[in-house]
Parts: sequence; C-alpha cells; structure tokens
Amino acid sequence: MNMNKISTRTISALVQDKPGVLNRVSSMFRRRGFNIASLAVGHSEMPNLSRMTFVVEGGDQVVEQVTKHLHKLIDVIKVSDISEDNVVSRELALIRVKSNVQNRSEIMQVVDIFRANIVDVAPESLIIEVTGDGNKIESLQDLLKGFGILEVMRTGTIAMNRGLESRQDNDNSRRQTASWGEASSV
Amino acid sequence: MNLTGGQMVCESLIREGVDVIFGLPGGAILPLYQTLPEYPQLRHILVRHEQGAAHAADGYARVTGRPGVAWATSGPGATNLVTGIASAQMDSVPMVVITGQVSRAAIGSDAFQETDTTGITLPITKHNYLIMDPAEIPQAIHEAFHIANSGRPGPVLVDIPKDVFQEKGVFEYPNKIDLPGYKPTLGGHASQIKKAAKLISESQRPVILAGHGIIFSEAYDELKELAEKAQIPVITTLLGISSFPDDHLLCVGMPGMHGMAYASLAIEEADLLIALGMRFDDRITGKRSAFALGSRKIHIDIDPSEIGKNIPVDVPIVGDLKSVLTKLNKHIEPATHVGWLQRIEDLKSKHPSMNIRDTDKLLPQYIIQQLSEATDGNAYVVTGVGQHQMWAAQHYVYKEPRSFVTSGGSGAMGYEVPGAMGVQVGKPDKVVWSVAGDGGFQMTMAELATMVENNIPVKFAIINNNYLGMVRQWQEFFYQKNYVATSYTHNPDFVKLAEAFGMLGIRVTDKTQVRSAIEKAMDYDGPALIDFVVEEEENVFPMIPAGQTIHDLIEEPAPEKAMRQ
Repeated sequence: MNMNKISTRTISALVQDKPGVLNRVSSMFRRRGFNIASLAVGHSEMPNLSRMTFVVEGGDQVVEQVTKHLHKLIDVIKVSDISEDNVVSRELALIRVKSNVQNRSEIMQVVDIFRANIVDVAPESLIIEVTGDGNKIESLQDLLKGFGILEVMRTGTIAMNRGLESRQDNDNSRRQTASWGEASSV
Repeated sequence: MNLTGGQMVCESLIREGVDVIFGLPGGAILPLYQTLPEYPQLRHILVRHEQGAAHAADGYARVTGRPGVAWATSGPGATNLVTGIASAQMDSVPMVVITGQVSRAAIGSDAFQETDTTGITLPITKHNYLIMDPAEIPQAIHEAFHIANSGRPGPVLVDIPKDVFQEKGVFEYPNKIDLPGYKPTLGGHASQIKKAAKLISESQRPVILAGHGIIFSEAYDELKELAEKAQIPVITTLLGISSFPDDHLLCVGMPGMHGMAYASLAIEEADLLIALGMRFDDRITGKRSAFALGSRKIHIDIDPSEIGKNIPVDVPIVGDLKSVLTKLNKHIEPATHVGWLQRIEDLKSKHPSMNIRDTDKLLPQYIIQQLSEATDGNAYVVTGVGQHQMWAAQHYVYKEPRSFVTSGGSGAMGYEVPGAMGVQVGKPDKVVWSVAGDGGFQMTMAELATMVENNIPVKFAIINNNYLGMVRQWQEFFYQKNYVATSYTHNPDFVKLAEAFGMLGIRVTDKTQVRSAIEKAMDYDGPALIDFVVEEEENVFPMIPAGQTIHDLIEEPAPEKAMRQ
C-alpha cells in the first residue's frame, strides 16, 4: 500500500451558506498545509446550503486528513470523496486568443473539434468558451498556443455522481471511513 | 420577554449554569457590564490583564469540567485573550469567550479599538460567532456551550457589537440544538471494539498510553478496570497525568522528551500500544518514522482527525472513552503478563530516572518532592512552562484526577499565575500550589493583585534559577553553552514583591528550610509565595532531543554526549 502516492482527488462538501464559511474552509487548508488545485463554490439544491468542490493534491493520507478536517468544521455538513466514483466532472474555461481574418477559420475548426464555442469576436482576438474535464481544457490550450493565448480564466472543477440514486449513493466517504472508524464529525 | 442584548447574555449564561466570569471592561463591552448588577448570581472577577482572564477560565474548566467563561472588550481586550484561547484550543479545554465589538455600522471602518476578532480567533477556536442581531444571542450562547463542552472540547468565542448589547429584542431561550454539521461520534464501532479486544488478548507486551481524553471523559474507573483486568502497564502523557494514580502498581509514568526513561523504553519494547485520548504529540514520539516500530496500535479518540494524523494505526476507534472503554472492558479477558511487568520493573531499576542526587544544594527536584510529601499528593498543582513544569510532572505523586494542570500543547509561559487563580476559584476547598518559573511568573504576576483582592489563597512556589531555564538548558546542550538572552541578572525581590501585593512572602535558599516554608505558606490564610532560590544550572533529565529517538536518550549529566548533535 503506497500511502504517499501523489494524486489529485475530488472532494465535495455540503456547507452552511453563512458569512465566513469560505474563509473557515480556506483557512483550514492553509493552516494545515493542504494543496488545493481548484475550488468551486455555488448554491446547492437546498436553501441556505452551498456545495464546494475541491480538487486536492496529495496521497491517501493527505486526502483522509483533508476529509476529516473538513468534517471537523461546524459549518460543514457533509463531505464526500468522490474521486473513485462514477462521476461527471466539468470545468468551464474562457480563453482569449489572438486572431485575425487569415487564421480565424483555422481556429474555428479546432474549436469545433473540441465542441467549444466562440462567444466573442474582435478584430484582433476572440474568446473561446470550453467545458470539460481538466485534460480537455489543457489540450485545447496547447493547440491554441500557436495562435497566441492572451488570457485564460478557469472556474475550477465541479463534479457529480452519475445515476439517479446519486445523492444517496455518493456516501462513499462513509464506506471508506469504516476502515478508520466510522468518523462523522467532531 | 423583551431584553437588551446585554441582559440576554447574562440570562443565557445563568441558564447555562455559569457562576463565575473572569473579565475586564472597556468601551465596546460596557453595556454588558452595566447590566451585571441586575444578576448578582454571576460572580465577576476583575483581572489585571485579559490574558489572565483567559488562562483563569481555562484553569477553572480543567478542574471543574465545566466551560470557563472569560470576556473582554474589543481590539486590545480581545487580542490580549488570544494566548489564553490558543492554549485552551491546543489542550481541548472547554471555554466560552465573549468579546465586545465596535457598533455594527462601524465594523470594517478601522474604528477605535476595532479588530477582526472572529478572523483572528478563527484558527484557535473550535468555533466562533459574530452576532449582528440581539435575537441571535440566546441561540449562539446555547450553541457555544454545547460545542465547547461536547465531542472534543475546545474554546468557542462570541463577538458582540456594542449596539447589539444595547438594542432590545425578544428573549426566548432555545431548548434544543440544531447543528446538522456537528454530531460527535460517541459510542465507538462495535466490530472495531471487538478487534481491539482481540489485539489486546493476543499481545504479550501491551502498554496503555493515557491522555487528556481520559480526564475529559472522566473515564478513570474504566481505565483502571482495563489496566487491572488485563494487567497492562499505564503510561500517562503530560496532560494525562492524574488520569491514573501515580502510586498505582501499574503506573509507569510519563514518556517522551523529558519523560521517565523506562516509560519511553516500555513503549519501544511493547508489542501493542493502546492509545487513549492522546494525539501522539512530537514531544512523545520524537522522530515519528522511528517511533514504536515493533508494536501494533489501537487508537481510541473522540476526534477522527487525530487518528492516523501522526502515527499509522491498526485499530482506530472513534468515540467517547467512557463509553468505548465500558464496552471494551466487557470483551477483555483477564491476563497476567508476568514476564512483561517484570521486564518493566527491570527497566525501572536499570534506569532510575527519578532519583534525586544526594547533595546539600537546593535542588528543584527536591522541592517538588517535598511539596508532594507535605500535601500527601492531594494538592492541585498548576505549572508554567519549562524546567519547573517537567520537574513538577516528574516528581509530584498525583493521586486525584484533574490535579495536575498545565499548558501542554501550546506551552504558554505565564499560565502558572492566572491558571492557578482559575483552579482555586473552581476548587475553593482544595490546596492549590502554583509551581512557577521565575520567567513565566513575571509574565502574568499582575494577577497576584486580583488574588489578594478576591482572597483567592493560591500558594506559589517560584523555582527561581535566575534563568529562562529550559532555553538555557538547550543552549548548554545544543549551542555550546552560548547563553544568549536567557539570564535574568536582576530579577525583582520576589519576597518584597509579594509583600507589596499584600501577600505572605518567604525566601528559601537552603535545603533545610524547604519543608517548614511549605508548611508556613499553607498555614497562612490567603495567597502566599515562596521564592526558592535554586541551583542555577540544574538540568532536566532524562532528555530525548527534539526530533530524535529513544536511542538518543540522555539519561544524566553528560553534555559531551548531547553535544554531538
């Protein structure tokens, strides 16, 4: 068992929608030295509750600690490690690329292959909107580099389990916690 | 009932069973103070410095098991509390802290005495609140007490703006808690408990590591039952001291950096560690990757995040120790472990760590030993941080649960004065001794005035070596005796100082005066102080240097060996 294998993991947390919650969460990550690759926050389907999705870098031991320390925050209601699940994960990026009349159609071909959209066209540049997982966005970025990327903005990953029973079933963290003691929160 | 915010705070505290508050007023909290005369059942102790209020509330909580309450005004009042809050957080002490804040409209404007108190205390509290409407006060205070004293205890801070204290609102005290994100696991997992019992029955050389959790859970009898039934030696961590009687046959003392050598060796030789309510602090493990490699580990703790944090564990159990140990004990089969107990006796005789060398000089260890004898191990001993703290941990024989009180994790020098005040207020009928260092004592000695004013009869034993002794010891061992900024060349005359405060002051410079001075201080009606002028360069042994292993143990004065580091 390699406890220290570095990987990226996706963790989702249901939190109280109160002032300062993001601060509590990010402060905990900072203080304990956990690395967040991306963080996305938004309202959930329930009033007064938000959902945060973290992509965390680290081995199993780090991810276990991240999950437990998130649980420990009073305003965090539920934490799920959904990395191993059958999940849909998406990120949205806006990419501003240098462009002129000569190469515009070439760019449009690349955009089509990636099922991305051009959402703004200016004489010297255009903005491409692309959704997908991180790899897809990075591949598109690589292809666009040749034209000259002026600006990139990414939302961070959000993720959700596939299937109807997703919300009940994504309690994978609880199944995993059985091995370290049916932890809920303290 | 229509009440002001200030009245609501008092009404709420009374409903939570609070009888004493340590505090100091200021502008932002003044409206709360002005309501105090309406509530004579709330005893307010006016401190000299807010750090004193926080440490006193902490000491009160550690000996009573009830959350201590401290309050202060905004800005510097709140920041002065910070050291005490951080210390309580590190040692999981239940505390409710209330701070005044500038009026709502002024928040964020850098107003006079404005500080982002919830921001500053966020990483050093279990939880905190900023109240923006008086109607939120009862719920917040009810939740604060619940959070502070359930699960793994800790300090909770409630920050209340001045105009919220003044505004009126409808007071309705909540009778239930609705915290969907806070549901501590208490019972322990049945199959994990069985696995633990199996490991215990299979083990030949088990040891128990008893920590602060035994005290919070008051699982003394359950611990004793486990130890006696299966004849398992018990090692107590610094904060676990007094959770198991020091004079019990199975007690092996404290392990780690300044623990008994035989306790650290027992951990090294064990085949099973049963860790109860402790967190494998670096002062216990030394170099983590080399710690107790020959043993399997059972770790029982109420905080899941402590499990697997520092040391990999074979059988983790999350739960309240009293409840988990009660269940575990039912599965435990009687055992004798004769060979193992004999081995520990051998270790004790080969490594007599606690012997005090025979000399006419006034040794700190001797003073603690005399204190232990004079009080028959029944006093409450409060310490600061440093050499005297280690000697008090090593040489006093603690018999009563909760009777050793110290700032362990945070290591806050200065705890010994206000901490002892809080302990005495919590245990008015007990003898309370503050074993103080001359350094730490001077950090918080202003509270002597508070103790004289309120007739809080703490007895102080200053272990005065005119040094920041522990730092000097490190300089001696690891920095070639390069004594930088550790010598106090002109300490005050502590006896005159005591008299100036209105206390009894006694100076002891000779071994023969120790016992009579202790008796005299205890006979005195009121706070008293003994200035023990001790051997200046006495060191704490044994010592495992930071980040090293049991193989690097320094057992007695041989600095050459230590200096190879």
